[in-house]
Amino acid sequence: MAKFQGVDYFDTDSLLSEEERMVRDTVREWVDDRLLPVIQEAYIERRFPRELIPEMAELGVYGANLPEEYGCAGLNNVAYGLIMQELERGDSGIRSFASVQGALCMYPIFAFGSDEQKKEYLPAMARGEVIGCFGLTEPDFGSNPGGMITRAVKDGDEWVINGAKMWITNGSTADIAIVWAKTGELDDISSIRGFVVPTDSEGFTARDQKGKLSLLASDTSELAFHDVRVPDSALLPESGGLKSPLKCLTQARFGIAWGAVGAAMACFDEARSYAGERVQFDGKPIAATQIQQTRLAEMLTEITKAQLLALQLGRLKDRGSMRPQQVSLAKRNNVDMAAEVAREARRLLGGNGILVEYAAMRHMANLESVYTYEGTHDIHGLILGQDITGHAAY
Amino acid sequence: MNIIVCVKRVPDSEARIQLSDGKTSIDPTGVKFVLNPYDEFAIEAALKQKEAAGEGSVTVVSLGGPQSAETLRTALAMGADSAVLLKTSAENPSGLPVARALAGELGGREYDLILFGLKAIDDDQHAVGGMVAELLDIPSASAVTEFAIEDGSVRADREVEGGSEVVELSLPCALSITKGAYEPRYPSLKGIMAAKRKPLEEKEVSLGEGNETVRLAPPQERAAGRIVGEGPDAVPELIRLLREEAKVL
Repeated sequence: MAKFQGVDYFDTDSLLSEEERMVRDTVREWVDDRLLPVIQEAYIERRFPRELIPEMAELGVYGANLPEEYGCAGLNNVAYGLIMQELERGDSGIRSFASVQGALCMYPIFAFGSDEQKKEYLPAMARGEVIGCFGLTEPDFGSNPGGMITRAVKDGDEWVINGAKMWITNGSTADIAIVWAKTGELDDISSIRGFVVPTDSEGFTARDQKGKLSLLASDTSELAFHDVRVPDSALLPESGGLKSPLKCLTQARFGIAWGAVGAAMACFDEARSYAGERVQFDGKPIAATQIQQTRLAEMLTEITKAQLLALQLGRLKDRGSMRPQQVSLAKRNNVDMAAEVAREARRLLGGNGILVEYAAMRHMANLESVYTYEGTHDIHGLILGQDITGHAAY
Repeated sequence: MNIIVCVKRVPDSEARIQLSDGKTSIDPTGVKFVLNPYDEFAIEAALKQKEAAGEGSVTVVSLGGPQSAETLRTALAMGADSAVLLKTSAENPSGLPVARALAGELGGREYDLILFGLKAIDDDQHAVGGMVAELLDIPSASAVTEFAIEDGSVRADREVEGGSEVVELSLPCALSITKGAYEPRYPSLKGIMAAKRKPLEEKEVSLGEGNETVRLAPPQERAAGRIVGEGPDAVPELIRLLREEAKVL
């Protein structure tokens, strides 16, 4: 398998530090060597390639932007973003796995957990020995998570959790679930708290969601809680209100804004190389035709814009001045861009574009999920709309 | 066990190489440079030895321009303990002056083992390892695929045409490592962070005379293939050409 040479029309590499480039190149090489050779088969078999979990841990991918004292790599956010970019260049499902483990499970334990919880979980999760999933969305509450009906009721020094969660990445792989539940009345959004629930708790069930046509190399599950009892020490003590899970989503969306660029880069690279080799009409490659040239020009233009957007978002995050609305803009733009690039790449590839041997259609199908999860494209438009006008329209 | 690994910064094997105006060097503009892949085998071998022994140190040494510091930090990120950059402004110095400068530095250090990559993939000289050993007056073996250390001596498997050769050397000695038992590890992300905090010493060196590169030339473009005919009728002609022109039958 040829090594990926990157897509970097505006020399954005020169805006990266040596360390950031080294991180990117390490993960890039790993994706070429270890992920790409197995992803097609895993996708067709609808199987998350579990065997890669320890390897990603050894690299230090999980929670890579969390501090070294918890066994994490302590990278800055740009380096973290570059990791997500390279993983998603391989497959959105693998990037999703790493996003969930790091941004949605390790981050809340880091941000809202007690010292004991941090020490108990973070190093083990960085080593990939404990896998997490994140339960916020419910069957009837997607874009409106505040409406959740999962509840946790205090009973002595235990909490009793009842409810259901849906669209849970890693759900059937996970050892622990970060579960968000209302501890007060159903109309009291401020009573939402987070819990670390071991998935072997009595009353906890995870069922694979069948019939997906996207993210096939990723576990997606439905979680059900029937009188699940956890000790008081399972509560994330610093969590409070809907803003706690939303903070986690901001972390994950940041990674998605970068990841989508990786998927788009993979599709562009494949389309360019295919166009140069595919000969039709008079012995000329299709790359010599006007229609494919403008198609490739459009793809490269959009990728370049998205790269600069992701990079500046990362710099703002590292500076501590990033706003969630900026993350919404970047997630919304970059995923939409990537979905478009994947579709155009697939079309350029003609009939071959529908085969799993080429990456374009796999990315295209995956990106429909990415477009929808972690705040749909439309909801991010409304978040921006509210920020622009001062009027909430959702 | 103190192990020194000599490494070189080289153009990536997939880089598109253009010659500079004088045709005696390559134009580095836009070329990605990497740690020489054979040197990665040597670093991996050194790290494995150190891990197995549970003690000792791995020092990486490179001779080159200031950018070679980045190459050394890659080696530190893989797990080497310290690094030395012998800084020179000389472009493409040839084997002997490089070996003399390295031997000058290594001669003043304590070591049990010096490792090299079999060759650098840029100029393919296979020169420096053997020369350094000679200058330091220590035994050496080249093209080593795997080795073990026992009671002060090294038992090394060498790659030879069509098979392997086992040699024994007494410590200290020098080995040049080729593809074999040492599949290089990825630098871990934690390792990349840790590399910043590891010592990297820089020293200016001046190089003596060596070979002068008179001219570099790109390989000849491959000629387009030829279709000799179609179907079974073409087979005799194809066989004749394979025999007489290509001389592969």
